[in-house]
Amino acid sequence: MLCFNVVMKKELLNENDIGRIISRMAHEIVERNRGCKGLNVVGIQQGGVALASRIAQKMSAIENIEVPSASLDISFYRDDLDIRKTQPVVRKTNVPFDINGKTIILVDDVIYTGRTVRAAMGALMDFGRPAQIQLAVLIDRGHRELPISADYIGKNIPTSKAEIIKVLFKERDQVDQVYIQRVE
Amino acid sequence: MYKDLISIKDLSTQDIDLIISTAISFKEVLQRDIKKVPTLRGKTAINLFFEPSTRTKTSFELAQKRLSTDVINFTVPTSSVVKGESLFDTIKTIEAYGVDFIIIRHQSSGVPYLVSRFANASIINAGDGINEHPTQALLDTFTIIERKGAVAGLNIAIVGDIFHSRVARSNIYCLTKLGANVRLIAPNTLLPKGIENENVHIYTNLDKGIKDADVIMTLRIQKERQSGGFLSTTEEYFRFWGLTRKKMASAKPDVIVMHPGPMNRGVEIASEVCDSLHSVIYDQVVNGLAVRMAVLYLLSSAKLNYTGSL
Repeated sequence: MLCFNVVMKKELLNENDIGRIISRMAHEIVERNRGCKGLNVVGIQQGGVALASRIAQKMSAIENIEVPSASLDISFYRDDLDIRKTQPVVRKTNVPFDINGKTIILVDDVIYTGRTVRAAMGALMDFGRPAQIQLAVLIDRGHRELPISADYIGKNIPTSKAEIIKVLFKERDQVDQVYIQRVE
Repeated sequence: MYKDLISIKDLSTQDIDLIISTAISFKEVLQRDIKKVPTLRGKTAINLFFEPSTRTKTSFELAQKRLSTDVINFTVPTSSVVKGESLFDTIKTIEAYGVDFIIIRHQSSGVPYLVSRFANASIINAGDGINEHPTQALLDTFTIIERKGAVAGLNIAIVGDIFHSRVARSNIYCLTKLGANVRLIAPNTLLPKGIENENVHIYTNLDKGIKDADVIMTLRIQKERQSGGFLSTTEEYFRFWGLTRKKMASAKPDVIVMHPGPMNRGVEIASEVCDSLHSVIYDQVVNGLAVRMAVLYLLSSAKLNYTGSL
Protein backbone atom coordinates (compact mmCIF):
# COMPACT_ATOMS: atom_id res chain seq x y z
CA MET A 1 0.00 0.00 0.00
CA LEU A 2 1.21 3.45 -0.89
CA CYS A 3 1.30 5.58 2.22
CA PHE A 4 2.19 9.25 2.71
CA ASN A 5 3.23 10.28 6.18
CA VAL A 6 3.35 13.90 7.16
CA VAL A 7 6.59 13.89 9.09
CA MET A 8 6.95 17.61 9.68
CA LYS A 9 4.84 20.71 9.84
CA LYS A 10 6.81 23.83 10.68
CA GLU A 11 5.60 27.38 11.10
CA LEU A 12 7.59 29.83 8.99
CA LEU A 13 5.70 33.07 9.63
CA ASN A 14 3.21 34.09 12.28
CA GLU A 15 0.63 36.87 12.33
CA ASN A 16 3.11 39.57 13.35
CA ASP A 17 5.68 38.50 10.74
CA ILE A 18 3.04 38.59 8.01
CA GLY A 19 1.84 42.03 9.14
CA ARG A 20 5.38 43.46 8.99
CA ILE A 21 6.03 41.93 5.58
CA ILE A 22 2.81 43.34 4.11
CA SER A 23 3.70 46.73 5.50
CA ARG A 24 7.18 46.57 3.94
CA MET A 25 5.85 45.41 0.59
CA ALA A 26 3.29 48.23 0.51
CA HIS A 27 6.05 50.75 1.18
CA GLU A 28 8.23 49.25 -1.56
CA ILE A 29 5.38 49.46 -4.06
CA VAL A 30 4.64 53.07 -3.15
CA GLU A 31 8.33 54.00 -3.29
CA ARG A 32 9.00 52.40 -6.64
CA ASN A 33 5.90 53.92 -8.24
CA ARG A 34 6.34 57.31 -6.51
CA GLY A 35 2.93 57.20 -4.89
CA CYS A 36 -0.29 55.37 -5.58
CA LYS A 37 -1.65 57.34 -8.49
CA GLY A 38 -2.87 55.06 -11.29
CA LEU A 39 -2.10 51.94 -9.25
CA ASN A 40 -4.66 49.15 -8.98
CA VAL A 41 -4.13 45.95 -7.02
CA VAL A 42 -5.41 42.64 -8.38
CA GLY A 43 -5.34 39.47 -6.27
CA ILE A 44 -5.30 36.02 -7.85
CA GLN A 45 -7.96 33.62 -6.51
CA GLN A 46 -7.86 32.16 -3.99
CA GLY A 47 -4.74 32.95 -1.94
CA GLY A 48 -3.96 36.34 -3.49
CA VAL A 49 -7.27 38.06 -2.83
CA ALA A 50 -6.96 38.68 0.92
CA LEU A 51 -3.30 39.66 0.48
CA ALA A 52 -4.21 42.11 -2.32
CA SER A 53 -6.83 43.87 -0.27
CA ARG A 54 -4.48 44.18 2.70
CA ILE A 55 -1.67 45.58 0.55
CA ALA A 56 -4.12 48.02 -1.07
CA GLN A 57 -5.36 49.17 2.36
CA LYS A 58 -1.80 49.68 3.57
CA MET A 59 -0.91 51.66 0.43
CA SER A 60 -4.03 53.80 0.92
CA ALA A 61 -3.00 54.48 4.50
CA ILE A 62 0.54 55.47 3.49
CA GLU A 63 -0.45 57.87 0.72
CA ASN A 64 -3.91 58.78 1.96
CA ILE A 65 -5.63 58.06 -1.36
CA GLU A 66 -7.97 55.26 -2.32
CA VAL A 67 -6.24 52.25 -3.91
CA PRO A 68 -8.79 49.92 -5.55
CA SER A 69 -8.35 46.16 -5.33
CA ALA A 70 -9.90 43.38 -7.39
CA SER A 71 -10.11 39.60 -7.53
CA LEU A 72 -9.19 37.51 -10.54
CA ASP A 73 -9.95 33.83 -11.08
CA ILE A 74 -7.60 32.24 -13.59
CA SER A 75 -9.24 28.82 -14.05
CA PHE A 76 -10.36 29.63 -17.59
CA TYR A 77 -6.76 30.48 -18.56
CA ARG A 78 -4.89 27.55 -17.05
CA ASP A 79 -2.57 25.44 -19.19
CA ASP A 80 -3.22 22.17 -17.34
CA LEU A 81 -6.97 21.73 -17.95
CA ASP A 82 -6.17 18.87 -20.29
CA ILE A 83 -4.21 16.86 -17.76
CA ARG A 84 -6.35 17.33 -14.66
CA LYS A 85 -8.77 14.69 -13.45
CA THR A 86 -11.33 17.26 -12.32
CA GLN A 87 -11.60 20.87 -13.27
CA PRO A 88 -10.60 23.52 -10.72
CA VAL A 89 -13.42 25.15 -8.80
CA VAL A 90 -14.05 28.51 -10.42
CA ARG A 91 -14.15 31.42 -8.00
CA LYS A 92 -15.25 34.96 -8.37
CA THR A 93 -13.67 37.43 -10.74
CA ASN A 94 -14.50 41.01 -9.85
CA VAL A 95 -12.52 43.69 -11.63
CA PRO A 96 -14.66 46.77 -10.96
CA PHE A 97 -12.35 49.28 -12.66
CA ASP A 98 -10.98 50.01 -16.12
CA ILE A 99 -7.43 48.64 -16.30
CA ASN A 100 -6.49 50.42 -19.55
CA GLY A 101 -3.38 52.53 -19.03
CA LYS A 102 -3.15 51.63 -15.32
CA THR A 103 -0.28 50.07 -13.43
CA ILE A 104 -1.52 46.75 -12.10
CA ILE A 105 0.03 45.24 -9.01
CA LEU A 106 -0.71 41.54 -9.47
CA VAL A 107 -0.71 39.72 -6.12
CA ASP A 108 -0.48 36.05 -5.18
CA ASP A 109 0.35 34.29 -1.95
CA VAL A 110 2.99 31.89 -3.33
CA ILE A 111 4.98 31.85 -6.57
CA TYR A 112 6.14 28.40 -7.62
CA THR A 113 6.21 27.29 -11.27
CA GLY A 114 5.08 30.67 -12.60
CA ARG A 115 2.20 29.12 -14.54
CA THR A 116 -0.49 30.77 -12.44
CA VAL A 117 1.07 34.17 -13.08
CA ARG A 118 1.23 33.49 -16.81
CA ALA A 119 -2.46 32.57 -16.78
CA ALA A 120 -3.28 35.67 -14.72
CA MET A 121 -1.52 37.92 -17.21
CA GLY A 122 -3.51 36.31 -20.02
CA ALA A 123 -6.73 36.90 -18.09
CA LEU A 124 -5.82 40.53 -17.31
CA MET A 125 -5.05 41.29 -20.95
CA ASP A 126 -8.62 40.29 -21.83
CA PHE A 127 -9.84 43.12 -19.60
CA GLY A 128 -7.75 45.76 -21.38
CA ARG A 129 -4.21 46.99 -21.91
CA PRO A 130 -2.55 47.98 -18.66
CA ALA A 131 0.42 50.34 -18.89
CA GLN A 132 2.42 47.97 -16.69
CA ILE A 133 2.00 44.83 -14.62
CA GLN A 134 4.15 44.36 -11.51
CA LEU A 135 4.10 41.18 -9.47
CA ALA A 136 3.98 40.96 -5.68
CA VAL A 137 4.10 37.63 -3.79
CA LEU A 138 4.28 36.78 -0.12
CA ILE A 139 6.42 33.65 -0.62
CA ASP A 140 8.80 32.76 -3.45
CA ARG A 141 9.51 29.04 -3.16
CA GLY A 142 11.57 28.64 -6.36
CA HIS A 143 11.24 25.93 -9.05
CA ARG A 144 10.14 28.26 -11.84
CA GLU A 145 9.13 26.57 -15.10
CA LEU A 146 8.62 29.83 -16.99
CA PRO A 147 10.75 32.98 -17.28
CA ILE A 148 8.75 34.93 -14.69
CA SER A 149 10.02 36.71 -11.59
CA ALA A 150 8.35 38.77 -8.88
CA ASP A 151 8.99 42.51 -8.40
CA TYR A 152 8.14 42.43 -4.68
CA ILE A 153 8.84 39.38 -2.54
CA GLY A 154 7.77 38.95 1.07
CA LYS A 155 10.11 36.08 1.82
CA ASN A 156 12.26 33.69 -0.21
CA ILE A 157 11.87 30.15 1.03
CA PRO A 158 13.98 27.51 -0.70
CA THR A 159 11.93 24.32 -0.92
CA SER A 160 12.03 20.90 -2.44
CA LYS A 161 9.20 19.87 -4.73
CA ALA A 162 8.06 17.33 -2.16
CA GLU A 163 7.28 20.10 0.32
CA ILE A 164 4.02 21.98 0.60
CA ILE A 165 3.79 25.65 1.53
CA LYS A 166 0.50 26.71 3.11
CA VAL A 167 -0.49 30.34 3.53
CA LEU A 168 -3.45 31.01 5.81
CA PHE A 169 -5.26 34.34 6.06
CA LYS A 170 -7.76 35.39 8.70
CA GLU A 171 -10.29 36.39 6.06
CA ARG A 172 -10.61 32.76 5.06
CA ASP A 173 -8.83 30.57 7.60
CA GLN A 174 -9.37 32.43 10.91
CA VAL A 175 -5.60 32.74 11.39
CA ASP A 176 -2.61 34.41 9.73
CA GLN A 177 0.16 31.85 9.28
CA VAL A 178 2.62 30.40 6.80
CA TYR A 179 3.83 26.88 7.33
CA ILE A 180 5.76 24.22 5.46
CA GLN A 181 4.94 20.52 5.35
CA ARG A 182 7.39 17.90 4.33
CA VAL A 183 5.79 14.77 2.91
CA GLU A 184 7.83 11.60 2.57
CA MET B 1 -18.56 15.27 -12.83
CA TYR B 2 -18.99 12.46 -15.27
CA LYS B 3 -18.20 12.05 -18.93
CA ASP B 4 -21.71 12.87 -20.17
CA LEU B 5 -24.78 14.89 -19.33
CA ILE B 6 -27.73 12.73 -20.30
CA SER B 7 -30.27 13.13 -17.52
CA ILE B 8 -30.85 15.32 -14.48
CA LYS B 9 -31.44 12.05 -12.62
CA ASP B 10 -27.70 11.32 -12.85
CA LEU B 11 -26.79 14.53 -10.99
CA SER B 12 -26.48 14.94 -7.23
CA THR B 13 -27.50 18.19 -5.58
CA GLN B 14 -23.76 18.90 -5.22
CA ASP B 15 -23.30 18.46 -8.97
CA ILE B 16 -26.14 20.89 -9.61
CA ASP B 17 -24.65 23.42 -7.16
CA LEU B 18 -21.26 23.10 -8.87
CA ILE B 19 -22.76 23.65 -12.32
CA ILE B 20 -24.68 26.73 -11.13
CA SER B 21 -21.73 28.27 -9.28
CA THR B 22 -19.54 27.73 -12.34
CA ALA B 23 -22.27 29.28 -14.52
CA ILE B 24 -22.23 32.39 -12.30
CA SER B 25 -18.52 32.81 -13.13
CA PHE B 26 -19.19 32.35 -16.84
CA LYS B 27 -21.96 34.93 -16.67
CA GLU B 28 -19.33 37.42 -15.46
CA VAL B 29 -17.23 36.54 -18.52
CA LEU B 30 -20.24 37.28 -20.75
CA GLN B 31 -20.44 40.79 -19.33
CA ARG B 32 -16.85 41.66 -20.32
CA ASP B 33 -15.86 43.52 -23.47
CA ILE B 34 -13.98 40.43 -24.63
CA LYS B 35 -16.48 37.63 -24.04
CA LYS B 36 -14.22 34.81 -25.09
CA VAL B 37 -11.89 32.78 -22.87
CA PRO B 38 -9.22 30.32 -24.08
CA THR B 39 -10.41 27.56 -21.71
CA LEU B 40 -11.23 24.83 -24.24
CA ARG B 41 -8.80 25.81 -26.97
CA GLY B 42 -7.98 22.88 -29.20
CA LYS B 43 -11.17 21.00 -28.32
CA THR B 44 -13.79 20.18 -30.93
CA ALA B 45 -17.54 19.98 -30.49
CA ILE B 46 -20.14 18.77 -32.90
CA ASN B 47 -23.78 19.77 -32.68
CA LEU B 48 -25.78 16.87 -33.99
CA PHE B 49 -29.40 17.94 -34.35
CA PHE B 50 -31.85 15.40 -35.71
CA GLU B 51 -34.71 17.78 -34.95
CA PRO B 52 -35.11 21.41 -35.93
CA SER B 53 -33.83 23.79 -33.28
CA THR B 54 -32.80 27.39 -33.45
CA ARG B 55 -32.30 28.61 -29.93
CA THR B 56 -30.77 25.57 -28.26
CA LYS B 57 -28.39 25.07 -31.15
CA THR B 58 -27.48 28.77 -31.22
CA SER B 59 -26.94 28.73 -27.47
CA PHE B 60 -24.67 25.68 -27.57
CA GLU B 61 -22.76 27.02 -30.55
CA LEU B 62 -22.17 30.40 -28.93
CA ALA B 63 -21.19 28.71 -25.64
CA GLN B 64 -18.64 26.61 -27.52
CA LYS B 65 -17.27 29.63 -29.37
CA ARG B 66 -16.99 31.68 -26.16
CA LEU B 67 -14.84 28.83 -24.76
CA SER B 68 -12.63 28.78 -27.89
CA THR B 69 -13.87 25.32 -28.91
CA ASP B 70 -13.98 24.52 -32.62
CA VAL B 71 -17.56 23.82 -33.69
CA ILE B 72 -19.11 21.76 -36.44
CA ASN B 73 -22.85 21.77 -36.98
CA PHE B 74 -24.33 18.63 -38.40
CA THR B 75 -27.91 19.13 -39.49
CA VAL B 76 -29.79 16.13 -40.61
CA PRO B 77 -31.49 17.26 -43.84
CA THR B 78 -28.05 17.89 -45.37
CA SER B 79 -26.30 14.90 -43.89
CA SER B 80 -25.52 11.32 -44.66
CA VAL B 81 -28.34 10.23 -42.33
CA VAL B 82 -30.85 10.91 -45.11
CA LYS B 83 -28.73 8.64 -47.28
CA GLY B 84 -29.43 5.77 -44.88
CA GLU B 85 -26.42 5.75 -42.58
CA SER B 86 -27.09 4.20 -39.15
CA LEU B 87 -26.79 6.22 -35.95
CA PHE B 88 -23.85 4.05 -34.84
CA ASP B 89 -21.95 4.67 -38.08
CA THR B 90 -22.71 8.39 -37.99
CA ILE B 91 -21.30 8.72 -34.47
CA LYS B 92 -18.26 6.54 -35.17
CA THR B 93 -17.50 8.57 -38.30
CA ILE B 94 -17.76 11.82 -36.36
CA GLU B 95 -15.55 10.47 -33.60
CA ALA B 96 -12.89 9.57 -36.13
CA TYR B 97 -12.36 13.33 -36.57
CA GLY B 98 -11.21 13.49 -32.95
CA VAL B 99 -14.28 15.18 -31.51
CA ASP B 100 -14.38 15.90 -27.76
CA PHE B 101 -18.05 16.79 -27.35
CA ILE B 102 -21.14 15.56 -29.17
CA ILE B 103 -24.29 17.55 -28.46
CA ILE B 104 -27.32 15.54 -29.53
CA ARG B 105 -30.94 16.39 -30.06
CA HIS B 106 -33.13 13.57 -31.30
CA GLN B 107 -36.84 12.97 -31.71
CA SER B 108 -36.55 9.59 -29.96
CA SER B 109 -36.19 9.36 -26.19
CA GLY B 110 -33.02 7.57 -25.10
CA VAL B 111 -30.82 8.25 -28.12
CA PRO B 112 -28.21 10.36 -26.22
CA TYR B 113 -27.98 7.60 -23.60
CA LEU B 114 -27.52 4.96 -26.29
CA VAL B 115 -24.79 7.02 -27.96
CA SER B 116 -23.01 7.66 -24.64
CA ARG B 117 -22.60 3.91 -24.22
CA PHE B 118 -20.42 3.47 -27.27
CA ALA B 119 -18.90 6.94 -27.82
CA ASN B 120 -15.64 8.13 -26.31
CA ALA B 121 -16.56 11.78 -26.62
CA SER B 122 -18.60 13.57 -23.95
CA ILE B 123 -22.27 13.38 -24.89
CA ILE B 124 -24.60 16.21 -23.94
CA ASN B 125 -28.32 15.68 -24.28
CA ALA B 126 -29.87 18.72 -25.98
CA GLY B 127 -33.35 17.20 -25.86
CA ASP B 128 -34.46 13.65 -26.58
CA GLY B 129 -38.05 13.00 -27.60
CA ILE B 130 -40.41 13.59 -24.70
CA ASN B 131 -37.78 12.47 -22.19
CA GLU B 132 -35.37 15.15 -20.99
CA HIS B 133 -33.69 18.47 -21.76
CA PRO B 134 -31.21 18.75 -18.89
CA THR B 135 -29.45 22.00 -19.80
CA GLN B 136 -32.84 23.74 -19.97
CA ALA B 137 -33.67 22.61 -16.42
CA LEU B 138 -30.25 23.77 -15.22
CA LEU B 139 -30.65 27.21 -16.79
CA ASP B 140 -34.16 27.51 -15.35
CA THR B 141 -32.83 26.55 -11.92
CA PHE B 142 -30.01 29.09 -12.26
CA THR B 143 -32.55 31.78 -13.18
CA ILE B 144 -34.76 30.92 -10.19
CA ILE B 145 -31.79 30.96 -7.81
CA GLU B 146 -30.65 34.30 -9.23
CA ARG B 147 -34.06 35.84 -8.55
CA LYS B 148 -35.15 34.02 -5.41
CA GLY B 149 -31.87 33.11 -3.71
CA ALA B 150 -32.68 29.40 -3.45
CA VAL B 151 -35.07 26.79 -4.78
CA ALA B 152 -35.95 24.93 -1.57
CA GLY B 153 -39.41 25.73 -0.28
CA LEU B 154 -40.56 27.71 -3.32
CA ASN B 155 -43.94 27.05 -4.90
CA ILE B 156 -43.15 26.42 -8.55
CA ALA B 157 -46.06 25.94 -10.95
CA ILE B 158 -45.42 24.31 -14.32
CA VAL B 159 -48.35 25.02 -16.63
CA GLY B 160 -49.31 23.47 -19.93
CA ASP B 161 -48.39 20.55 -22.10
CA ILE B 162 -46.56 18.43 -19.54
CA PHE B 163 -47.18 15.29 -21.58
CA HIS B 164 -45.02 16.26 -24.57
CA SER B 165 -42.55 18.35 -22.59
CA ARG B 166 -39.00 17.17 -21.96
CA VAL B 167 -38.44 20.62 -20.42
CA ALA B 168 -41.09 19.83 -17.81
CA ARG B 169 -39.63 16.40 -17.04
CA SER B 170 -36.10 17.67 -16.53
CA ASN B 171 -37.41 20.56 -14.42
CA ILE B 172 -39.52 18.24 -12.27
CA TYR B 173 -36.46 16.07 -11.54
CA CYS B 174 -34.19 19.05 -10.89
CA LEU B 175 -36.51 21.24 -8.82
CA THR B 176 -37.89 18.45 -6.63
CA LYS B 177 -34.32 17.27 -6.00
CA LEU B 178 -33.55 20.77 -4.71
CA GLY B 179 -36.60 20.81 -2.44
CA ALA B 180 -39.16 22.91 -4.31
CA ASN B 181 -42.92 22.34 -4.07
CA VAL B 182 -43.59 21.55 -7.70
CA ARG B 183 -47.13 21.84 -9.01
CA LEU B 184 -48.16 20.62 -12.41
CA ILE B 185 -51.14 22.39 -13.95
CA ALA B 186 -52.65 20.95 -17.11
CA PRO B 187 -55.78 19.52 -18.65
CA ASN B 188 -56.05 15.77 -18.07
CA THR B 189 -55.20 15.00 -21.68
CA LEU B 190 -51.80 16.67 -21.29
CA LEU B 191 -50.73 14.95 -18.07
CA PRO B 192 -48.58 11.84 -18.60
CA LYS B 193 -49.52 8.60 -16.90
CA GLY B 194 -47.54 7.87 -13.76
CA ILE B 195 -46.51 11.48 -13.17
CA GLU B 196 -48.31 11.37 -9.80
CA ASN B 197 -45.52 9.06 -8.64
CA GLU B 198 -43.08 11.96 -8.81
CA ASN B 199 -42.97 14.23 -5.80
CA VAL B 200 -45.41 16.76 -7.34
CA HIS B 201 -48.89 18.19 -6.79
CA ILE B 202 -51.29 17.98 -9.70
CA TYR B 203 -53.94 20.57 -10.53
CA THR B 204 -56.43 20.60 -13.35
CA ASN B 205 -57.48 24.15 -12.54
CA LEU B 206 -55.17 27.08 -13.30
CA ASP B 207 -56.49 29.46 -10.62
CA LYS B 208 -56.05 26.93 -7.82
CA GLY B 209 -52.67 25.78 -9.12
CA ILE B 210 -51.00 29.18 -9.21
CA LYS B 211 -52.25 30.38 -5.83
CA ASP B 212 -49.24 31.69 -3.84
CA ALA B 213 -46.83 30.59 -6.57
CA ASP B 214 -43.29 32.05 -6.45
CA VAL B 215 -42.53 30.89 -9.97
CA ILE B 216 -44.81 30.12 -12.91
CA MET B 217 -43.24 28.20 -15.73
CA THR B 218 -45.34 28.22 -18.89
CA LEU B 219 -44.74 25.56 -21.50
CA ARG B 220 -45.06 25.87 -25.24
CA ILE B 221 -48.03 24.19 -26.86
CA GLN B 222 -46.14 22.04 -29.30
CA LYS B 223 -48.27 22.32 -32.39
CA GLU B 224 -46.03 19.85 -34.21
CA ARG B 225 -46.87 17.16 -31.65
CA GLN B 226 -50.62 17.81 -31.44
CA SER B 227 -51.97 15.34 -33.97
CA GLY B 228 -53.55 13.07 -31.36
CA GLY B 229 -56.58 15.18 -30.39
CA PHE B 230 -55.18 16.43 -27.10
CA LEU B 231 -56.75 19.87 -27.52
CA SER B 232 -59.79 21.27 -29.26
CA THR B 233 -58.55 24.67 -30.40
CA THR B 234 -55.72 26.97 -29.35
CA GLU B 235 -58.32 29.69 -28.65
CA GLU B 236 -60.08 27.45 -26.18
CA TYR B 237 -56.75 26.47 -24.67
CA PHE B 238 -55.87 30.11 -24.11
CA ARG B 239 -59.25 30.78 -22.46
CA PHE B 240 -58.71 28.05 -19.84
CA TRP B 241 -54.95 27.64 -19.57
CA GLY B 242 -53.33 30.72 -21.07
CA LEU B 243 -51.53 32.88 -18.50
CA THR B 244 -53.03 36.38 -18.29
CA ARG B 245 -52.44 39.20 -15.85
CA LYS B 246 -55.87 38.61 -14.33
CA LYS B 247 -55.28 34.90 -13.73
CA MET B 248 -51.89 35.67 -12.18
CA ALA B 249 -53.46 37.76 -9.41
CA SER B 250 -53.60 34.85 -6.95
CA ALA B 251 -49.85 34.17 -7.24
CA LYS B 252 -47.37 35.93 -4.95
CA PRO B 253 -46.89 39.63 -5.81
CA ASP B 254 -43.22 39.03 -6.73
CA VAL B 255 -43.94 35.94 -8.83
CA ILE B 256 -41.59 35.38 -11.76
CA VAL B 257 -42.83 34.02 -15.07
CA MET B 258 -40.66 31.77 -17.22
CA HIS B 259 -40.96 30.26 -20.66
CA PRO B 260 -38.43 28.00 -22.40
CA GLY B 261 -39.23 29.51 -25.79
CA PRO B 262 -40.25 29.79 -28.51
CA MET B 263 -43.43 31.42 -27.20
CA ASN B 264 -46.86 31.25 -28.74
CA ARG B 265 -48.30 34.60 -27.65
CA GLY B 266 -52.01 34.32 -27.12
CA VAL B 267 -51.88 30.54 -26.70
CA GLU B 268 -50.04 29.63 -23.51
CA ILE B 269 -49.09 33.15 -22.46
CA ALA B 270 -50.58 36.62 -23.00
CA SER B 271 -48.37 39.43 -24.31
CA GLU B 272 -49.22 41.52 -21.25
CA VAL B 273 -47.53 38.81 -19.13
CA CYS B 274 -44.47 37.94 -21.17
CA ASP B 275 -43.66 41.65 -21.62
CA SER B 276 -44.22 42.47 -17.94
CA LEU B 277 -41.69 42.96 -15.17
CA HIS B 278 -42.58 39.50 -13.85
CA SER B 279 -41.09 37.94 -16.96
CA VAL B 280 -37.53 36.57 -16.75
CA ILE B 281 -37.61 35.09 -20.24
CA TYR B 282 -34.57 37.03 -21.50
CA ASP B 283 -32.61 36.20 -18.34
CA GLN B 284 -33.24 32.56 -19.24
CA VAL B 285 -31.58 33.12 -22.62
CA VAL B 286 -28.35 34.59 -21.25
CA ASN B 287 -28.29 32.13 -18.35
CA GLY B 288 -28.63 29.31 -20.87
CA LEU B 289 -25.40 30.41 -22.48
CA ALA B 290 -23.59 30.53 -19.11
CA VAL B 291 -24.94 27.14 -18.02
CA ARG B 292 -23.91 25.46 -21.26
CA MET B 293 -20.41 26.95 -20.92
CA ALA B 294 -20.27 25.57 -17.37
CA VAL B 295 -21.36 22.09 -18.47
CA LEU B 296 -18.81 21.99 -21.31
CA TYR B 297 -16.07 23.17 -18.95
CA LEU B 298 -16.91 20.68 -16.20
CA LEU B 299 -17.17 17.73 -18.59
CA SER B 300 -13.85 18.56 -20.24
CA SER B 301 -11.49 17.27 -17.56
CA ALA B 302 -9.23 14.43 -18.55
CA LYS B 303 -11.03 11.10 -18.50
CA LEU B 304 -8.23 9.09 -17.05
CA ASN B 305 -10.33 6.21 -15.81
CA TYR B 306 -12.63 5.96 -18.74
CA THR B 307 -12.29 2.76 -20.72
CA GLY B 308 -14.54 3.76 -23.58
CA SER B 309 -16.08 0.39 -24.24
CA LEU B 310 -19.61 -0.89 -23.96
